[in-house]
Amino acid sequence: MTTQVVPTFGLRKLVPYFQAAPLTFILALFLVFPIVTIVIISFFDYNSSGQILPRIIIDNYTDVLFSNTTWRTYLSTFRFVVIVWVVTLFVGFWVSYFLVFHIRTNTVRIACFLITTIPFWTSNIIRMISWVPLLGRNGLVNALLLHLGITDKPLEFLLFSPFSVVVAFVHLNTFLMIVPISNSMARIDTRLIEAAKDANAKGWQILWNVIIPLSKTGIAIGSIFILTVVIGDFATVRLMSGGQSASVGLMMANQISLLQYPAAAANAVVLLAVVLLVVTAILRIVDIRKEL
Amino acid sequence: MKSGDKGKNNSKALRMKGVSRRSLLKGGAAVAGVAIGSGAITGFPTIWAQNIKNVTLRQFGTGTSGLNGISVKVKEDLGFTLQQNVLDTDAVMQRAITQPDSYDIADIEYFSTKKAFPTGVMQPIEVKKIKLFDKIVPIFITGKLTPTSTIAQGTAPHTVEFVEGKDSVKFAKAPTEWATLVPTIYNADTLGIRPDLTGRPITSWKDLVDPAFKGKAATLNIPGIGIMDAAMVVEALGLHTYADKGNMTKAEIDLTMAKMIEFKKAGQFRAFWKSFDESVNLMASGEVVIQSMWSPAVAAVRSKGIPCVYQPLKEGYRSWGSGLGIAKHLKGLELDAAYEYLNWYLSGWVGGYLNRQGYYSAVLETAQKFMSADEWGFWMEGKVAAGDIKSPDGVVMEKAGAKRDGGSFAERMGHVVCWNSVMDEDRYMVQKWNEFVAA
Repeated sequence: MTTQVVPTFGLRKLVPYFQAAPLTFILALFLVFPIVTIVIISFFDYNSSGQILPRIIIDNYTDVLFSNTTWRTYLSTFRFVVIVWVVTLFVGFWVSYFLVFHIRTNTVRIACFLITTIPFWTSNIIRMISWVPLLGRNGLVNALLLHLGITDKPLEFLLFSPFSVVVAFVHLNTFLMIVPISNSMARIDTRLIEAAKDANAKGWQILWNVIIPLSKTGIAIGSIFILTVVIGDFATVRLMSGGQSASVGLMMANQISLLQYPAAAANAVVLLAVVLLVVTAILRIVDIRKEL
Repeated sequence: MKSGDKGKNNSKALRMKGVSRRSLLKGGAAVAGVAIGSGAITGFPTIWAQNIKNVTLRQFGTGTSGLNGISVKVKEDLGFTLQQNVLDTDAVMQRAITQPDSYDIADIEYFSTKKAFPTGVMQPIEVKKIKLFDKIVPIFITGKLTPTSTIAQGTAPHTVEFVEGKDSVKFAKAPTEWATLVPTIYNADTLGIRPDLTGRPITSWKDLVDPAFKGKAATLNIPGIGIMDAAMVVEALGLHTYADKGNMTKAEIDLTMAKMIEFKKAGQFRAFWKSFDESVNLMASGEVVIQSMWSPAVAAVRSKGIPCVYQPLKEGYRSWGSGLGIAKHLKGLELDAAYEYLNWYLSGWVGGYLNRQGYYSAVLETAQKFMSADEWGFWMEGKVAAGDIKSPDGVVMEKAGAKRDGGSFAERMGHVVCWNSVMDEDRYMVQKWNEFVAA
């Protein structure tokens, strides 16, 4: 008997590993393996035909780390991250608040959710081209301002500027804030709010002491989404700034287009490190696991 | 009975082809000449095998020449299938080098070839098997349009047109029997302008940075081409004379980009574009009144009824060209079909098709047969159009009475001063370009 029990017991212990195996395998193949490859390639030399030469160098990294351009580019990328984060958080929070606490029927709520996804329905280039008639020199906004006599010259900063980059990012990505925040908010027990009201709490006190603390997870997840999307972007920044602003992603795209794979890989590794640092910092502040 | 006949023809054809291929391998030029020559009399296809119908050639290239009309006509004239895959310039070079088994025919630009061919992904083309090779415009062979022309700077096509031998990947200095590409399409690029908004005649590359157009100028954000346009500007301003704009020294790259950063900081540029649609949109919306442009983009703006001129400039044009190359792995019937296709490409129909869109074809005299006298006069001779000029799809491109910007073929291609290129210092160049964008 005992000889039979022991192996069964051992097999049982292995079951969770088998259950986790498919996902582990997929992650290893499609996530870990490519990243390891990128890290390895980032240390290799290359020639101008895009061939990777089996010679270990650190020039790819010194080129990235000791160049003014890199620092300036990261600075400008972070500026976008912060501005877009603040705006999308503000807009996203209130849209979620409205969706969760003010809309009574589920059907209307779902319909409203779908409306927030509309910006995703068009391609990047079409979206960019559509901004021109609105924000352009001869666009609707300028025509209106001129007509009302608010300005006497078309405002040039509306398009192909950091302003238009932020507008496009916000327009496109607020959705990424709305989803996790409204998810957190929907889980808030309404009895807590009633209890706060019974305890004579004012509106802002309920917001500050009940709703915001309980939406923290959603805010953290939304922030991570915004951070990773904005920091790795190259299409929106290029199209909306008219190619006049740099982004880390664009820097890599330029290198890849000239077949400088190891240099782009080094850039990618640095970017990955930066993103992981910031995400770790966010997770330090908010314990996402506790809330899930 | 019919099928029996077919079978007989088939085996006969196979035998014939076998003979001609074996003799080619032996280097029997005479036999090959006869085999190819016989095709010239009867037209296409020259390979009388039925099984060629099952051949599919996979071609990739840029949208410029990746035209569906060509695939349709190939099926009609040659019987086999041409599968086309359209990518942008950068992706073409990447694909050529990194995925050599994914294509049979590379439709690739000459400056990309400078990088791609030495990696051994393509096989040299036997010049003898290309019937009309001696009719190809001499720019691709000697670098000179006429015997007295000066050779333009940059990666001039003739410098990467030939390799030293059958298995060589080393570019030959003079014409050999082994070509890297069969040239197919090329053009001369310049600035596009909105004559209604510039308010004065534009004559020089330096007008791109004229403070009068502050915030209304654009250039392209493709480093290798953008820096050439920048060099044209710097030279026109009289700041520096380049030994070779297509192969700058580090100091020259520094100087050029420093100047561009200065203009950028002063607010000269409205945008840097990367795709065709962007350039059309910038111009049509009036955001930009002067910019680097490609000729079909000018036509696209004009087709909206908005005035746009592809302005010839006194310093001359920046030019580009592409051709068709054969992948290394191709052999047997597929290889025969590829040669068939290359010969057909030069035989006129495609030439007329391309010329009628404002590009130039490699063999002009065959293309002429596929164009009306008026079309030929307008596109190639710079004459006033007698009737409306239509694109190959039948859309009116120019009204009667119009004249081509820049004039005739000789006038335009004769004033090419540099070709799109790959620099030895391109690693440094892209660093500097990133600096410019970040500035």
